[in-house]
Amino acid sequence: MSLTRTQVEAIAHLARLEITEAQMPVYVDSLSRIIDFVEQLSAADTGGVEPMAHPLADQVQRLRSDQVTETDRREKYQQNAPSVAAGLYLVPKVIE
Amino acid sequence: MSLHTLTVAELAAGLKARRFSSLELTLHFLGRIERLAPELNAFVTITADRALADARAADEGLARGTGGPLAGVPIAHKDIFCTDGILTTCSSKMLSNFVAPYDATVVERWRAAGTVLLGKTNMDEFAMGSSNETSFYGPVKNPWDLGRVPGGSSGGSAAAVAACLAPAASGTDTGGSIRQPAALTNLTGLKPTYGRVSRYGMVAFASSLDQAGMLTRSAEDAALLLQAMAGHDPRDSTSVEAPVPDYVAELATPLKGLRIGLLREFFDQGLDPQVGKCVREAIEVLRDAGATVREVSLPSLPLSVPTYYVVAPAECSSNLSRFDGVRFGHRCDDPRDLFDLYRRSRGEGFGAEVKRRIMTGTYVLSAGYYDAYYLKAQKVRALIAADFARAFAEVDVVLGPTSPTAAFELGAKTSDPITMYLNDIYTIGANLAGLPAISVPCGFVREGGRELPVGLQLIGSHFGESRLLSVSHQYQRLTDWHRRIAPGYE
Repeated sequence: MSLTRTQVEAIAHLARLEITEAQMPVYVDSLSRIIDFVEQLSAADTGGVEPMAHPLADQVQRLRSDQVTETDRREKYQQNAPSVAAGLYLVPKVIE
Repeated sequence: MSLHTLTVAELAAGLKARRFSSLELTLHFLGRIERLAPELNAFVTITADRALADARAADEGLARGTGGPLAGVPIAHKDIFCTDGILTTCSSKMLSNFVAPYDATVVERWRAAGTVLLGKTNMDEFAMGSSNETSFYGPVKNPWDLGRVPGGSSGGSAAAVAACLAPAASGTDTGGSIRQPAALTNLTGLKPTYGRVSRYGMVAFASSLDQAGMLTRSAEDAALLLQAMAGHDPRDSTSVEAPVPDYVAELATPLKGLRIGLLREFFDQGLDPQVGKCVREAIEVLRDAGATVREVSLPSLPLSVPTYYVVAPAECSSNLSRFDGVRFGHRCDDPRDLFDLYRRSRGEGFGAEVKRRIMTGTYVLSAGYYDAYYLKAQKVRALIAADFARAFAEVDVVLGPTSPTAAFELGAKTSDPITMYLNDIYTIGANLAGLPAISVPCGFVREGGRELPVGLQLIGSHFGESRLLSVSHQYQRLTDWHRRIAPGYE
């Protein structure tokens, strides 16, 4: 199945990825090839098969007591932030 | 014999016996890195100051007799593991300014064992690639032939160990990223069972497949390093609360009585006949040592590559949504609004292959396609896991080649993603089923007037690392392929 340019633009929008005009045909082509390739899965007989989301089927999620175990390391973490002020992450204005 | 060709086991013994100091050893490796790493492009960051401080601390510990089991042994980490206060880039422009604020559990545990950190190794961007050609910092070269790839995604770790710039290095394996580079550079590479090693602090690619391991010069070294990193970690909810065996003690398990299953699907038409010949010769060595060999068939296994290229991109698209240009990582200049900030930061920060996988994943998870692709792939994944489970009712290990060919030339497979994806045809199955698997050197092929290494792959049942390591160790006692070092790096 071939993907159209419109479809790839929609995917890029959903994924929040800027794709340049020059690169768009390259992605239309390679994504189409990948989707064609994985299409062969449709021929597999999976009737009655439970989908497998995790490789260790009998794993259970552990519970822990609801206690604070981490210390506040905000300042250290925010050293990696592109823009902060007063301990807050800054982004362009969202509400006009 | 020079210090840099020794194994981790030999170095640890030499350090304990005080035949050389960790400082001496560390300076020796740093000197080699300075001289030889640039031509291989094996490192993103060299942590010389940290290495010298670690070495001095290790020497003090050794003098007092309080050093850990690997006290003073230098190692390198793949640049996917967070290292507190040290650049952690994942070989991406997105993280090219990211100084990790904490240590990954793997980093913490190897450090607690006494290792010395030499640096962070180059890799495919976000571990997405099979040739180490997708790195923002440029491709890594194979020490066996600088015109060829070292494999990927742990290609910098592979090149560093193969060129004797470090005695061992960490790696991660989502679809073959430890085993395939190990095979292409004549190293031993172990991917443990999913959940055996904590993923805390390891930048996530596909969370149901990712697992940390190591690239070493011997199976014994892999056992030593696994011992130091395995075990439950409350900070990774998928790490398993199972006892960690004594991997080193269990290396002595004899080959006699071992039941080997030859994977019919792994010896098909896609396999380079020269590679197949090396693997068949290795089988004879194991048979002569008392192993029994029979053929096993995993009929769903040929679907492992398409299954992987739905599951892994889906998980990748979700995991990589955290890179938003807000909290850390690359941010574009002068964003018009929040949407523009997201899309340009991500568009500029990610390379082509990463974008391709994020978009593949976004598509297979999107409304209207989820059942046809993602759910379908999860069902086929269940069939593949069931095939393996049936095989392990009859045999102890499953055997085949690691990679269909020896190292290929730089640029040979970059034009078509499918050609590149098919490199991992033999390794992906173990990730989908969560099984441990190891690649071990088993011979050489001649191509373009050069000798290129070949790897043998053993896949074990869940938590069967001991058996994989003991079979590999016993094989390495009978052969010396793993002792061969790339010409010019001896």
